[in-house]
Amino acid sequence: MQTTSTFESVLRGMAITVIILFFMFPIFWIFLMSFQTNETILRVPPSPFFEPTLTNYRSLISGRLEGSTATLEIAFMSNLYNSLFLSVTSVTVGLLLGVPAAYAFARLKFRGSEDIAFTLLSFRFAPPLLVLLPLTIYFQQIGLADTYGGLIWVYQLIVLPLILWIVRGYFEDIPADIEYAYRIAGHGFWATFRKIALPLAGPGIAAAGLLAFIFAWNNFIFALVLASADKQPVTVGALAFITASGINYGQIAAGIMLSIAPTFALALYAQRYLVEGLSLGAVKG
Amino acid sequence: MSDVMLNLDAVDKFYGPIDKGVHAVRNLSMTVTRGEIIALLGSSGCGKTSTLRMVAGFEAVSRGRISIGGREIHTLPPVQRNVAMAFEGYSLYPTVTVRDNIAFALKRGNFSAVDVAAKVDEVAEMLEISAILDKYPSSISGGQQQRASLARALIRDADLYLLDEPMGQLEPQLRTLLRGRIKAYIKERGLTAILVTHDQTEANALADRIAVMEDGELQQFASPEDIKKSPANLFTGTFVGEPPMNVFPARTSISETTVSLRLDGDVELSYPVDAFSAELRTRLTEMGEVVLGVRPYAVQRRETGSPATVVANQWLGDQSHIAANFAAGSLVLVEHDRTQLVEDQQIAVHLEPSDLHIFNPKTGMAISHGARLVG
Ligand SMILES: Nc1ncnc2c1ncn2[C@@H]1O[C@H](COP(=O)(O)OP(=O)(O)O)[C@@H](O)[C@H]1O
Ligand SMILES: [Mg+2]
Repeated sequence: MQTTSTFESVLRGMAITVIILFFMFPIFWIFLMSFQTNETILRVPPSPFFEPTLTNYRSLISGRLEGSTATLEIAFMSNLYNSLFLSVTSVTVGLLLGVPAAYAFARLKFRGSEDIAFTLLSFRFAPPLLVLLPLTIYFQQIGLADTYGGLIWVYQLIVLPLILWIVRGYFEDIPADIEYAYRIAGHGFWATFRKIALPLAGPGIAAAGLLAFIFAWNNFIFALVLASADKQPVTVGALAFITASGINYGQIAAGIMLSIAPTFALALYAQRYLVEGLSLGAVKG
Repeated sequence: MSDVMLNLDAVDKFYGPIDKGVHAVRNLSMTVTRGEIIALLGSSGCGKTSTLRMVAGFEAVSRGRISIGGREIHTLPPVQRNVAMAFEGYSLYPTVTVRDNIAFALKRGNFSAVDVAAKVDEVAEMLEISAILDKYPSSISGGQQQRASLARALIRDADLYLLDEPMGQLEPQLRTLLRGRIKAYIKERGLTAILVTHDQTEANALADRIAVMEDGELQQFASPEDIKKSPANLFTGTFVGEPPMNVFPARTSISETTVSLRLDGDVELSYPVDAFSAELRTRLTEMGEVVLGVRPYAVQRRETGSPATVVANQWLGDQSHIAANFAAGSLVLVEHDRTQLVEDQQIAVHLEPSDLHIFNPKTGMAISHGARLVG
């Protein structure tokens, strides 16, 4: 019997409200800040009532920061574009490499496969700074420093282990006999991979891709060290808001709103995949 | 065209390293003729599925050779073996309907869409799954999934059909009905099939020959009648047949006039010397100790005979199963009318020489059936 008393549902509603407030309040406050000038933001006591202004967004999009003393040229929109380009291509490359590799690790148990898979995962444990110093030197020697290609390559350190391990678990959850049943009916190895394994692991691949996208988007240190201004993503570009003449909170807030918008939209859109993908096995029942 | 469809030649299967891992199939050799239905019968874990999977190509052969229609296939990928298989775990594709699951098995290009639909409908009707063709595998019962999986195998046009416990999930009535239909389907088309089962009724009903396996080893490969009449060893003797064969250790002593078999508990079975062939008598004298086997329905109740005490008497509607204490062990006898025996009642039983199976106690191999030496 599934009867919930009113008391219980009220309690549950309150708990959910508290949790949502706790997690969403900072974002909500930043959202309000992005429509205010520095003066209204910094007044004491703070108040949620103000006259909204779009100047912050306007100056970000036009690329001109009007500080109290001077006008500063920033490349926020190109940073945003860089973020998008780097994340999308890194995740695409990561999926192209990682999904077949995950399938191989799941299905073809070969000598040392477990060790190789673990080594790949261990890239996630390495402190990025440790890797970065030698990497910078190598990249300069082979001409990859400050190129999109070089960055995308380094981003594989972030996305590849993630994709590999999540998707591998998915492939392992698909009973091998389902694929055998298809193969014995006269289909080859690759046809079976495309027609049976890939669709069944679909939710897992989507979840892994989304997570990888968010991780790539949020990356800071690799791009800071390895890329020059015109190739830097928003995470690095946002440093430009801290200027000698002060910090413009309104513009930072607008910058944050713009830079979390893609991941936020993606997460909302794909919420179902994320939850299903990360909590359920691929084929149950 | 040869008449041999499948040939297994000294096949071994190890899971893990050869000679060290789990030895699932041991030195298995057998030949299946075109158009035959073979049952692989054995208890769970005896290597039936492993054998099928080696034939299908999902498990590597550790040692030995397999050929289908004269063509060596044990190194070929599954695609090139032209066999159809119904899996123990059904293994339907969860993302498509039952109809598509079955239709997927037919290579597109070989058939028009209309042909495919007609074939699917035909098989579905035979297996009583027409009503669920448009459902998804997750929304139908285990028994329905199992029949869908069987349909997917039977619809194929293959050299060999491998059916791994295809009816294990079905209710008894449906099982009996489908058994007949499936057999007719296979026989009408002259297909060659290997059916894995641990149900001897099913094996008896469907198979032309039964391969009895135990612990990875082939125990006997013969027709259902031969397996009942002449079990090759103690295992087959006691494994096949319901209720199982009664067995007793016995000591032999043979005089000028009588053959006497002494059982435990001071029970002595005496027979005139000419009830046993001369070769068998020689053999029994050599052996000294043997194991005696007798089928429950061959045990006769008589006015005089060896004493036994009734322990239980069960009327099953068409036969009585009587359990009795006999020769320091227990004995089961089957009678076809409703006997009024009660617990602790004394009875006298008689075992005819022609009903005796005699086994070597050390090797378990059969020495004689019906008082005639084997071989
Ligand atoms: N993939 C496997 N890895 C290791 N051992 C296995 C594997 N598959 C089966 N076995 C073992 O091999 C033996 C035979 O199994 P199987 O062929 O499935 O028996 P059956 O089908 O007769 O029940 C069993 O002991 C089983 O535990
Ligand atoms: Mg099995």
